[in-house]
Amino acid sequence: MKAIYQSTVGEGLTLTDTSYCPGCGHGIIHKLVMESIAELGKLGETIGVSPIGCSVVAHEYMNVEMCEAAHGRAPAVATGIKRVHPNHIVFSYQGDGDLASIGMTEIVHAAMRGEKFTTFFVNNAIYGMTGGQMAPTTLLGQKSTTSIDGRKKEISGMPIRVSELLATIDGAVYVERVAVNTPANVRKAKQAIKRALDVQQRKLGFSFVEFLSSCPTNWGLTPVNALKWVGEHMIPYYPLGIFKQPEEEK
Amino acid sequence: MAERVLMKGNEAFAEAAIRGGCRFYVGYPITPQSEIPEFMSHELPKRGGTFIQAESELGTINMSYGIGCAGGNVFISSASPGIALMQEGFSFLCSAEVPLVAMNVSRSGAGIGGIQPGQCDYNQVTRGGGNGDYHIPVFAPSTMQDAVDIIYESFEIADRYRNPVMILADGMMGQMMEPVVLPEPKTLYKDEADIANYKPWALTGSKGKANRNRIKSYHAHPAELEQYIDYLYEKYMRMEKELQRAESYHTDDAEIVFVAYGSMARIVREVLEVLRKDGIKAGMIRPISLWPFPTAPFEALNPEVTKVVISAEMSKGQMIPDIRLALKDRIPVKLFSRTGGIIPSTEEIVAFVKTLRKELK
Amino acid sequence: MSTNRVMIAGSGGQGIILMGKLLAYVAMEEGKEVTFLPSYGAEMRGGTANCSVIISDRPISCPVVHKADIVVVMNQPSFEKFESAVEPGGSLFLNSTLIKDPVTRTDIEIYKVDANKLAEDAGIGRSANIVMLGAIVRQTGIVKIENVTKALKKEFSGKKVVYLDANLLAFQAWKTG
Repeated sequence: MKAIYQSTVGEGLTLTDTSYCPGCGHGIIHKLVMESIAELGKLGETIGVSPIGCSVVAHEYMNVEMCEAAHGRAPAVATGIKRVHPNHIVFSYQGDGDLASIGMTEIVHAAMRGEKFTTFFVNNAIYGMTGGQMAPTTLLGQKSTTSIDGRKKEISGMPIRVSELLATIDGAVYVERVAVNTPANVRKAKQAIKRALDVQQRKLGFSFVEFLSSCPTNWGLTPVNALKWVGEHMIPYYPLGIFKQPEEEK
Repeated sequence: MAERVLMKGNEAFAEAAIRGGCRFYVGYPITPQSEIPEFMSHELPKRGGTFIQAESELGTINMSYGIGCAGGNVFISSASPGIALMQEGFSFLCSAEVPLVAMNVSRSGAGIGGIQPGQCDYNQVTRGGGNGDYHIPVFAPSTMQDAVDIIYESFEIADRYRNPVMILADGMMGQMMEPVVLPEPKTLYKDEADIANYKPWALTGSKGKANRNRIKSYHAHPAELEQYIDYLYEKYMRMEKELQRAESYHTDDAEIVFVAYGSMARIVREVLEVLRKDGIKAGMIRPISLWPFPTAPFEALNPEVTKVVISAEMSKGQMIPDIRLALKDRIPVKLFSRTGGIIPSTEEIVAFVKTLRKELK
Repeated sequence: MSTNRVMIAGSGGQGIILMGKLLAYVAMEEGKEVTFLPSYGAEMRGGTANCSVIISDRPISCPVVHKADIVVVMNQPSFEKFESAVEPGGSLFLNSTLIKDPVTRTDIEIYKVDANKLAEDAGIGRSANIVMLGAIVRQTGIVKIENVTKALKKEFSGKKVVYLDANLLAFQAWKTG
């Protein structure tokens, strides 16, 4: 009998129940990342960095050696780890408050140095753990606890597109934005992870995958409606696709 | 005796670090310590190490945290405002139990202040600016040789306690040249593959291990966090007992005892000679560890003999609370202070003592 | 037992730091205790530069020199600033090519060295500092002449060896006060 689906729980993922809300994208993204590393046979030679935010506890679920980093500093921490273990797979896993706000310096400079690790960037357009405040990625008009009438351009500017920004940096060799709102997009997201890890293993430079993800709790939506919201509002502003890849693969 | 070499302080600090086991250095330019990253950038790669120029001091401390998590022996350096920017990281490393050796070649003043030598980082380094209950051992060498020796030893201290260690120097020590005898290079671990043996707790990949390692700072449950804080507290108390270091000069018969560290202690040593020639019995306690503050030499002072203790600092009395605690307020404490980057002369300290003696009579 | 305190001042680019380092290095090679302390700051070429060297038979407490028994001034601004730093009975070496003002002190020895001119004559106009170093060493005996020669050979080796002969000439250029 041919297996059409194999759970990675107990292998790439631990048996622990997650603390994430129903409908949160972290569970899917954790699974995709760990499946990809497990399929490479590299779980024992992988070191991850978890951020500040809901996924600070990612190391409870991702079955590889990991450490936590202070808010926004994960790319600097991953830089240090990769320099000690250049042949290991090293990744940072970060949210949008962490990466696109307080940690913008660290991510830009890690990319500039062409650090040979991968960053998985989970963009759900809000600060989750702290309770739904406006993030740099919060959409125009989107309500948050620090923009109760919706984000206004005159006050907060326009949301920042991190993948497009990083793609301008020479040291960033692989940059792709995916979404985890539909089964088809989830499958594409996994392909992106595998391409990014391949770039890392070939030591070509910095690799980056942005995931458009949902936060039903802080968006005030049901899980299903939150997934719809990703497709209707986020993808139009944050287009999916590969922004940067090694020359020979174009 | 091994050969004496004439070296600039900053370069001697870096060389001592390499010989002491530093395999990674992360730095960011700031006066008056920029010769350390400069030296490391060309010297460390030649000796099998890695140099990274960070984008900021925040980058520096967090890259070092990553290196430390991965088991690499790492050295960083900066100067006062740069150290201030790293405080988040120091707190984090302590809470995650990650070793590191940091050097502060300090300057003067708050804010930007000035770039000339100062000692006004005393509170910053002994109390820390980061959040939480944590401590970092701080050693304050006073000569180049002291500095070389303590930097050389610090990597093992940091690894032993799994905690950052700070070396506090100042701009004068960083910029001056003085002959030093360099210790033999030592190897703490052979190569990348050997790290897991040397530091079983480090992140080296879970392959071949019974349990994967995780390094964390966040504790969601109060009871679990309290237990962890208690565990760290016990370690800090052990460090407090085991790491106190000081030197006493002519304190037995001294009516006046100076307390001075770092560059100031060098000057006071000459002051003692001048005063004793003039028939004034003066001595000095030189704290080598600033945290933990060495209490034994203060307990040994006899109030019948020693009438006054002078805290000689290039800061505004920041050391006095520690001195008073160590003395249990048995002897009055006065302050001699120059700031702004001004290094006092022997003559002005001698004059200060003579005036003070008149006032006390 | 003796301690010599030397202060050397001039403008950035005049080789002030090299003079101090050479003195310190030679003294160390002679087995003496020594400290060298440069001024540091944001100023670079063309700004002011000074350094202090202490040479002693015994451990040196503080490397800072407030009063010196040998003061060397290489340009007019440093002369104005450091004339008063000479200990009574001490020596002031001044670069008379660039310093024209009369010396007001009468309690010190004054040595006028036409350093830039002598360096030009030696064929290496940049080495006014080496001319001055020769003057200090020859006049005060603070370190041995042959040891400085050795140090110069070490300093001007490798790619810099082309400057060695002219610098040795410069070092010997000043004959008398």
